[in-house]
Amino acid sequence: MVTVKHRKLLGIQTPPASRVHPLVRFARRHTAGLLFLLPALLLFAFFVWYPIIYGFVLSFQDNSLFGGSGSWVGLGNFRRIFADPLFTVAWGNTLKFALYGLLFGYAIPVVLALAINEVRYGKAYFRLAFYLPVIIPPLVTVFLWGYMYTPDGGLLNGLLGQIGIGNQPWLQSPNSALQSLVVVTTWANAGGTMLIYLAALQSIPAELYEAAELDGAGIARRIWHVVLPQIRGVMLIMLILQIIATFQIFTEPFTLTSGGPVNSTTTIMLLIYYYAFQNADLGAASALSVILFLVLVTLSLGYFGVTRRLWAAGE
Amino acid sequence: MRRIIRVRRGRSQVTDAESTERSLISPLEWYKPSVRIAHWAIIALLVLLTLTTLGPLFWMLSGALKSSVEIYRTPPQLWPAAPEWSNFSKAWTELNSLLYLGNTAALAVGAVVLQLLVSATAAYSLSKLKPVLGNALLFFFLSTLMVPALAYLIPQYLTVVHLPIFGISLTDSWWAVWLPEAANAFNIIVLKSFFDSIPNDLVEAARIDGANALQIFIRIILPLSRPALAVVAMFTIFATWKDFLWPLLVLTDPSKEPVSVALYQLGIAASNGVPQNVLLAGFIFALLPPLILFLVFQRQIIRGVNTTGIRG
Repeated sequence: MVTVKHRKLLGIQTPPASRVHPLVRFARRHTAGLLFLLPALLLFAFFVWYPIIYGFVLSFQDNSLFGGSGSWVGLGNFRRIFADPLFTVAWGNTLKFALYGLLFGYAIPVVLALAINEVRYGKAYFRLAFYLPVIIPPLVTVFLWGYMYTPDGGLLNGLLGQIGIGNQPWLQSPNSALQSLVVVTTWANAGGTMLIYLAALQSIPAELYEAAELDGAGIARRIWHVVLPQIRGVMLIMLILQIIATFQIFTEPFTLTSGGPVNSTTTIMLLIYYYAFQNADLGAASALSVILFLVLVTLSLGYFGVTRRLWAAGE
Repeated sequence: MRRIIRVRRGRSQVTDAESTERSLISPLEWYKPSVRIAHWAIIALLVLLTLTTLGPLFWMLSGALKSSVEIYRTPPQLWPAAPEWSNFSKAWTELNSLLYLGNTAALAVGAVVLQLLVSATAAYSLSKLKPVLGNALLFFFLSTLMVPALAYLIPQYLTVVHLPIFGISLTDSWWAVWLPEAANAFNIIVLKSFFDSIPNDLVEAARIDGANALQIFIRIILPLSRPALAVVAMFTIFATWKDFLWPLLVLTDPSKEPVSVALYQLGIAASNGVPQNVLLAGFIFALLPPLILFLVFQRQIIRGVNTTGIRG
């Protein structure tokens, strides 16, 4: 590196660039970089940052989809949605979705990945077959499942009939609608999570298995003492991501049950949609969005906390 | 040790490149009869389980070929006695499939172009040009990852209906889908981390040769980043094909709707008498493009899932 001092010692003329005004030099250094950032900046400003702030403003205002006064109502919107009996119902359903989602679907990708990673034949086929539902557009998935769930003459009741079990109401009873929807979301998403676990399993160093073997650990104990501790971090991340995803569940209940029967599948996102686009009540919709926003941000902070700790731990 | 495994694997005809490392079960254990039996039992079980993912797709095809009488017959018929292939031509014309598939394709192409353009320029700037405030802006981009888009759906919708400063409405224009989608922090990170792996010496050498920032971007960064750009493009196409709620809200003009919204309006929301078997054929049309794309590019896509963590 030739510094100014060296240049003088060596008798090199200081280039004229250094006589340029500092502001001009600053502009030369940064203009291109800022210009390249401009498209992203503008789009984020208009369609992400501004809406996020605007959402908070709207939640304290009286607005309807067709105009409205826009006057400040303080916590009025929040009081209104707390008074709505559907508020607790929707939160309860959303939590149930998360709970059943974990119950039905959390272990499946781990077990599938573990099995596929060990088998010696058809690995590529299994990976493909189990991942396939992930690429199917959700609208196709819900229509297909709606077709299979048809109480009279649908595939599932037809198959149950073959083994002597009577018709099940599936989506049409408040006792089974939510669980039936969880089956659909699990079916649609498990394959993606499985791929992540497969990648995690393949990154486990062979030495760990060998060391466990030398200590006399059989296959089951190796799963418990080597595999599970090695993929624990990924499992925790997948847990949080799955909860964040189920808190936003919309398409399945919207298209298959419209939140029914008797509001048994009305979720928070569905309630926000109905407030805004059926009642045209933007105040209530925004207030509920703000609450959902805060819950999701809290969950995401947990997610980032976990990933950061894992990175720090060198995993 | 590893060579022994390779030899054994070679004999058992496992060609998958990823399986050259040993995994949970040791090479020695593969000689145990109990392990071998369990192995075949697990394979049989997995084959049965793939029926739960492939079965419904097969059922969809068989339903699309059944007559209106056969479709709800019990016990369920695996395959119709006389497949009605005409259901597909009916779906093509009655559901206006060409228009709606074309709309989705146009939305996907526009989304790919715009997202690549916006994300790559931003990632290039943050990775190589590093302008003033770059790190602060990176933080602001990244922090939006913590907020799922549905949490600000309503204000975002209102923004599109009445764009501030410009005072125009984007609804019923494809820009209403393209522009908000292009503000994607995840793409920026994926591309930035890829650009970070391109040696700075390369960029410096080009600069000394007199290339300006734009030339370096087009001639060096972009050609070297084809794999990363391909992954982003692929996931953008799948995301657009899956998109439902946002286009449902902002594209109310029926001639602009993507296929997902059109099938919802024609098939699920309205019970205006399109028969179930024809609808199933229409849904198969909507499924085919992403399915074919996936089957063609499955290796790249699966590798993309592994390197980026996007689950598709």
